[in-house]
Amino acid sequence: MAFTLITFGTLAKKGRVAPEVTFPSMRVELAGAGIRLLPTFLFMSAALGMAVIGQAVSWLGRLGANSYLGTILAVVVVRELGPLLTALLVLSHAGARNAIDLATTRALGEVEALEALGIDPIHYLVVPRVVGMAVGVFGLTIYFIIGVLGFGYLFAFLNHIALRPGEFATQIANALTGLDFALLTIKTCLFGIAIGVITCYQGLAQPLHLEEVSRASVKAMVQSVMACVLLDMVFILIYLIL
Amino acid sequence: MSAAPNQQITPAIEMDAVTVSAREDSRLSVLEDVDWKVMPGEYWVVGGMHNSGKSDLLALAAGLNPPQKGICRLFGALMPGDLGGPERSRVGLVFDGGKPFHRLTIEENIELPLRYHHVAGEDATAERTREILDLTGLSPWAERQPGTIGRSWEKRLGLARALVLRPELLLLDDPLGGLDSRHLSWWMNFLDELSAGHPFLGKHPVTIVVAAHNLQPWRHQKVRLAVLKQKRFEALGPCSDMSPLSDSLVRELLAGESTVAV
Repeated sequence: MAFTLITFGTLAKKGRVAPEVTFPSMRVELAGAGIRLLPTFLFMSAALGMAVIGQAVSWLGRLGANSYLGTILAVVVVRELGPLLTALLVLSHAGARNAIDLATTRALGEVEALEALGIDPIHYLVVPRVVGMAVGVFGLTIYFIIGVLGFGYLFAFLNHIALRPGEFATQIANALTGLDFALLTIKTCLFGIAIGVITCYQGLAQPLHLEEVSRASVKAMVQSVMACVLLDMVFILIYLIL
Repeated sequence: MSAAPNQQITPAIEMDAVTVSAREDSRLSVLEDVDWKVMPGEYWVVGGMHNSGKSDLLALAAGLNPPQKGICRLFGALMPGDLGGPERSRVGLVFDGGKPFHRLTIEENIELPLRYHHVAGEDATAERTREILDLTGLSPWAERQPGTIGRSWEKRLGLARALVLRPELLLLDDPLGGLDSRHLSWWMNFLDELSAGHPFLGKHPVTIVVAAHNLQPWRHQKVRLAVLKQKRFEALGPCSDMSPLSDSLVRELLAGESTVAV
C-alpha cells in the first residue's frame, strides 16, 4: 500500500518532469502490455467466444431461450470474464517480464546508479510501467470483449442460430448500462495498476542478488493473481449492491 | 564601516563523527567515528581490504546512504538530501564495474542524465555525448549494449556517465580493479588530467576521491591517502610524506597484496 501511495505521489509530483525520458518509456510499456499482445488476444477472444457461445447455445436451445444469447454473452464477458482474463493474460506476459526486468535491474545495482545520477527510480522505472499497464489492460479488455462478441456471433451464425446481427447488437446494448462501462473502466485500470505496482514492488523494494530474481518474480505473479481475484470479488459485490 | 568578507572555503565532503552503515543492511555499521574533510581540488585515495567499507563510505559521501550516526555534509548541505537536489549534480559516482543500464545502448546510457535533468537542448546533448564518448574511447561502440563490450570498457562507461553532468566532485569505487596495463595507464593519466583541470570540465580541477584495495598505482602520485582498518578511518596525508613501512596494512596496500577482509 505504501509503495502504491509513493508511486501515485511521484506521478502527481513529477508527472511533467523529464517527459522526453518518461513518455517514451510509457510508450514502450504500453506496447509491451498492449499492442504486442494483440495477436495472443485475438486467438484467446476467438477461443472464448466459441466456448461461451457453444455452452450458451447448448443450454439456451434446450430451454428455447436463444433470444437471450446476446444478453448472456454481454453480461458474462463484459462484467466478468473479459476484464479478469485480460488481466491474467497481461500478467503472464508483461507482468512477468516486468518483475524479472526490475529484479535484475535491482540485482545489478542499476537502481543505485540511477540514484547516484539524481534520477528517481520510482519516477523513471515504476511510473511508466504502472501507467502503461493500466492503459494496456483497459485497451486490451475492450479489444478482447469486442473479439469475443464478434467470434461468438460468428460461431452462433455457423450453428444456424436464428439471430440477426441487428438483433444480437440490440440484445447486447440492452443488457449493458452506462454503469457497466464506468465500472469496466475502473476495474480494468485497477487490475493494471495492481499488476504494475505489485510486480514493480517485488522487483525493486528489497536488495536482491541475481539468484533471488526468480523467487521475487514468482512472488510477484502469485500476489498479482491474488490481488486481481480479490478486486474482482469486490466488483462482484458492487454489482450485487447496485 | 567595512567588514572583510569571510573567504572560508566550503569543503566538498565533511564528515563529523560519522558511523557508516552497510548499503545492504542499514543496521550493520562498517565504519565508526569517521572525521574527514575533503577540500575542493584535492585528490584522495582511500585504501582498504575487501569488505572494509570502501563502497559504503563512497555511497554515504555521494549522499546515497544516510549516516547511522554523526553528520555528513556535501558542499555544505546535509546529506542525504533530496534526490533531485542541486548537490547531486555536483557529484559524480563511478561504481565498481560501472553499473551500466543494460537495457540502454552505451550512447543512451550517457545521454540519460542529460535528458532527465534537461541539462542541454537536443543538439547540445548529442554534442556533449559525442565529446565524452571520444574522450573515453567508447565512440566505436556507441550503439552497442553495455554487456557486449567487456568489463574494462564498462568501467569507462561508468566514468563517462558520471562525467557528462560535469561534476565538481568525482567519487570512484575501485576504478583500476581488474584492468590490463593499457587501460590502467589510460585511467591514471585521465584522472591526473581531471585533477589538474580537463577542458571537458572547463579546466576546473575536479575533486577526486578514489576507493581502492590496491594503492600501488598511486605510490608515486601526489595524492592524499587514507586507509580503512578495523572499522576505523585513518587519514594518512600526502602519499609522498608518508613512510609506507610504518603500518603493515599500508605496506600491503601499497604493494598491491591485499586480499583478505579486515
